[in-house]
Amino acid sequence: MNTYDLVIIGGGPAGLAAAASAKENGIEHILILERDKELGGILNQCIHNGFGLHTFKEELTGPEYASRFIKKVKNLQIPYKLNTMVMDVSPDKTVTAMNRTDGMFQIQAKAIILAMGCRERARGALNIPGYRPAGIFSAGTAQRLVNIEGYMPGKEVVILGSGDIGLIMARRMTLEGAKVKVVAELMPYSGGLKRNIVQCLNDFDIPLKLSHTVVDIEGKKRVEAVTIAEVGPDKKPIPGTEERYTCDTLLLSCGLIPENELSKNAGILLNPVTSGPVVSDNLETNIEGIFACGNVLHVHDVVDYVSEEAASAGKNAASYIKNGKKNSKKTVTIYPTDGVRYTVPSSIHPEEMADSLTVRFRVGDVYKNCTIATYFDNELISKKKRPVMAPGEMEEIRLEKDILNSYPHLSTITIKIEEA
Amino acid sequence: MEKKELTCIGCPLGCSITVTLEQGEVTNVTGNTCKRGDIYARKEVTNPTRIVTSSVKVTGGTSAMVSVKTKEDIPKSKIFDCTAALKDVTVTAPVKIGDIILENAAGTGIPFIATKNVDAAG
Amino acid sequence: MYDVAIIGAGVIGCAIARELSRYEINACVIEREEDVCCGTSKANSAIIHAGFDATPGTLKAKLNVKGNAMMDDLSRDLDIPFKRNGSLVVCTKEQNPEYLHTLLKKGEENGVPGLEILNKFEAKKLEPNLADDVIAALYAPTGGIVCPFHFTIALAENAFANGISFFLNNKVEKIDKKDSCYEITTDKQTFTAKAVVNAAGVYADTISAMASKENIHITARKGEYLLLDKSAGTHVNHTIFNLPGKMGKGVLVTPTIHGNLLVGPTAVDTEDKDGTNTTEKGLNSLSATAALSVKDLPMHQVITSFAGLRAHEEGGDFILREADDTPLFFEAAGIESPGLSSAPAIGVMMAELIKDRLHLEKKPDFIATRKGILNPTALTLAERNELIRQQPAYGNIVCRCEMITEGEILDAIHRPLGARSLDGVKRRTRAGMGRCQSGFCSPRTMEILARELPLAMTEITKCGPKSEIALGHNKEI
Repeated sequence: MNTYDLVIIGGGPAGLAAAASAKENGIEHILILERDKELGGILNQCIHNGFGLHTFKEELTGPEYASRFIKKVKNLQIPYKLNTMVMDVSPDKTVTAMNRTDGMFQIQAKAIILAMGCRERARGALNIPGYRPAGIFSAGTAQRLVNIEGYMPGKEVVILGSGDIGLIMARRMTLEGAKVKVVAELMPYSGGLKRNIVQCLNDFDIPLKLSHTVVDIEGKKRVEAVTIAEVGPDKKPIPGTEERYTCDTLLLSCGLIPENELSKNAGILLNPVTSGPVVSDNLETNIEGIFACGNVLHVHDVVDYVSEEAASAGKNAASYIKNGKKNSKKTVTIYPTDGVRYTVPSSIHPEEMADSLTVRFRVGDVYKNCTIATYFDNELISKKKRPVMAPGEMEEIRLEKDILNSYPHLSTITIKIEEA
Repeated sequence: MEKKELTCIGCPLGCSITVTLEQGEVTNVTGNTCKRGDIYARKEVTNPTRIVTSSVKVTGGTSAMVSVKTKEDIPKSKIFDCTAALKDVTVTAPVKIGDIILENAAGTGIPFIATKNVDAAG
Repeated sequence: MYDVAIIGAGVIGCAIARELSRYEINACVIEREEDVCCGTSKANSAIIHAGFDATPGTLKAKLNVKGNAMMDDLSRDLDIPFKRNGSLVVCTKEQNPEYLHTLLKKGEENGVPGLEILNKFEAKKLEPNLADDVIAALYAPTGGIVCPFHFTIALAENAFANGISFFLNNKVEKIDKKDSCYEITTDKQTFTAKAVVNAAGVYADTISAMASKENIHITARKGEYLLLDKSAGTHVNHTIFNLPGKMGKGVLVTPTIHGNLLVGPTAVDTEDKDGTNTTEKGLNSLSATAALSVKDLPMHQVITSFAGLRAHEEGGDFILREADDTPLFFEAAGIESPGLSSAPAIGVMMAELIKDRLHLEKKPDFIATRKGILNPTALTLAERNELIRQQPAYGNIVCRCEMITEGEILDAIHRPLGARSLDGVKRRTRAGMGRCQSGFCSPRTMEILARELPLAMTEITKCGPKSEIALGHNKEI
């Protein structure tokens, strides 16, 4: 069996940044396993611009952003295998993978970084009634068809869900000649960035209907019409508010789910809120030597933060490979409450933590003029004022090592949203 | 006097901004909560611009399509013209990021450039 | 001129075709859809009933028990997955347990082996997730689960291998009785045959009326289902039924042969015989009804919902006979539940009827077995690597949820009566049937279909003509 110091599962933005960071932190034998025919992951089909402002101080398209990291990985001479599907990860860090040329093979790794990304929520999970004809696509599948293959999935389009992919596809389909009739959003607010609402919908006079959902799909062979209706506070359709749109296509942009089937089989504990692994401050899962980063850990809104998080995972994995497991005497639990849905990480080892740790999370509703309050046990430590917070945008706070360690009896850090 | 309503894209707050114009000149901006909103609104009502992204066919490459963008912002009113200008454009692999795909898109003076590397097949 | 033309390539048409192919015969199957198994056969509970439910003496009772007993040999011969997982009809404290005894008695009369009434504790021991209100259950060890797609497709492939012709995309519009034959006109062509078999499912009354005055009346009875992710697949291990109601056997909860969990069906009569749409009301009702028999169902794990139409005939029993007024016009109509379970026996019964009337002779070289699509996960690592060395497509995973390789998809396309559409590939290989519901693999499968058939990408369909997926090139629509 081949052995590697570090196997990275996934060659998208998370995997690439993790690999580069691990190598820069002194790890030699790294292997990236990527299931697609090229590195870069989903960025390859995200041909719109708006990536990288944080990292590179310039606006790049998805493929350009990916290419910067691909170049880095190639310059660092980190080996990778394309067209390779990981079939299994075992708790003792044996990775089973398969491709056309090597067949099915196993690798023993000292450490593993999970960077598999996420997938889109499908129609079935949304319980949309109606027929099941051709013409129903998740927004990402449509994006791949248009941007990678060059084919139009439809001419007259209704979009359910105002996540960023849905908004981006509304513009993309419009520019390629389709008519996007409406974007319906179940929630009373959009899950997408303001910028995308303006530049993808308003620029093209595409209506956005908040608190609306699809209640019927017509068409036995191909979509012929879609009916949307307003929903009440209980998210149930309000009878009498139905509007029927003739169309040939329904795109779904209704959320992303971290893709953790491999993790589950390996016995990795998942957080039911994020559907991603539960990790401590060094992004390590409950299985020693297995780390997670990027959208497999929790769905990000900005790729720059994926790269940043993945670089930490790479560094931490390198430290584990070189120094072995740290004997943490103390663990502090982070408790998200009052509007804070979850945190990554969910626990901290104050003795070994980085000097400054970013804790990322999402809120459960739209909050205006509120603060993010941090408590060490019952003592209020900090308040961060935020004019607006929304579920679509990730929030963060920073925790400093020296402050944490000045509270020797600290057991729980509570993070909550409070009125300003 | 003319009034234009905008949504600021600077942050999730999405301020509703009202811009007052007189003979094409901005005389007043209200509704914004920060300076960035003011700058955005003035630009957006007098000279709105966008980067246009699209993809064009590649022959002889490892991919069927290559993604492209306008090298700089183009006037918002020219978005459709720029996309339409790509309709019959086909490039031959290899293509490198930054390669000019189409000079002077729709008379804007701005070229479309490749945003992805596509190697030659085989 | 054909000896026999079978109208309908569902499980019944295909079972009859396969049984007829044991004889020296020139027969064909005519199907309006682009593939076999496109009607009732593709959307049902996917179970092989033990046979205790039907009224003793009916065709339903007789053929269910006989069909069930045939499944071990048949599944082996046709290389299809089949498992006797056993079934439980549960009685809750609001219901009358006497009914279980009535069912037991009916079952014993029907010849169902091994039936047993379990008390609450025995039942709970078998199935810990039974609802707390369950007080007793009827256990039927011979109940089973099967893949209805593989079952129907295997019957069709085996019939094809034995010389039966299949004409897909042919919708029968007219049947004319000539002096010594029938003339069957479809939207594509005209067939002549000495005998006709009507196995047209919910349309069996329409087809029957083209040739006979027998006045069959089929009502389409819609059944909606929810399919749950494989991670919920062991929530129960047996097929769990509510006590039967007037409109059918009630809502069941069952593992599927592929390891998912299936909940359904509803039962609502519908005017539209193509009305396979799900409804908000129907889907919402399922979880409540299922919870009567099984607790803690993880409904957030639903990956898809679908609806099928049962062909309910007013008489209540299967109609399997030569039409009284029309010689050599055979009816196989009103095949609702337990139709899938009875299909093997219906095939035999109908083939015997036809054989006697056409004086058919047994074929010496009948091929009784059929090989399914190779399942690489059934191989050892060494075998699998040897396969990949010879055919690298088996090293390429196309469907990440179900881990289906390109090799399996190529097999599905290139075998006799092979897949021509995304649904065709899906039903043969399961590519696209997993939790992402083809979001990942559909563009890849489209490319493979386009390359292999070969067709333009814009000609690739979900399920036959008019269900094209890509409508044109960028900027050209």
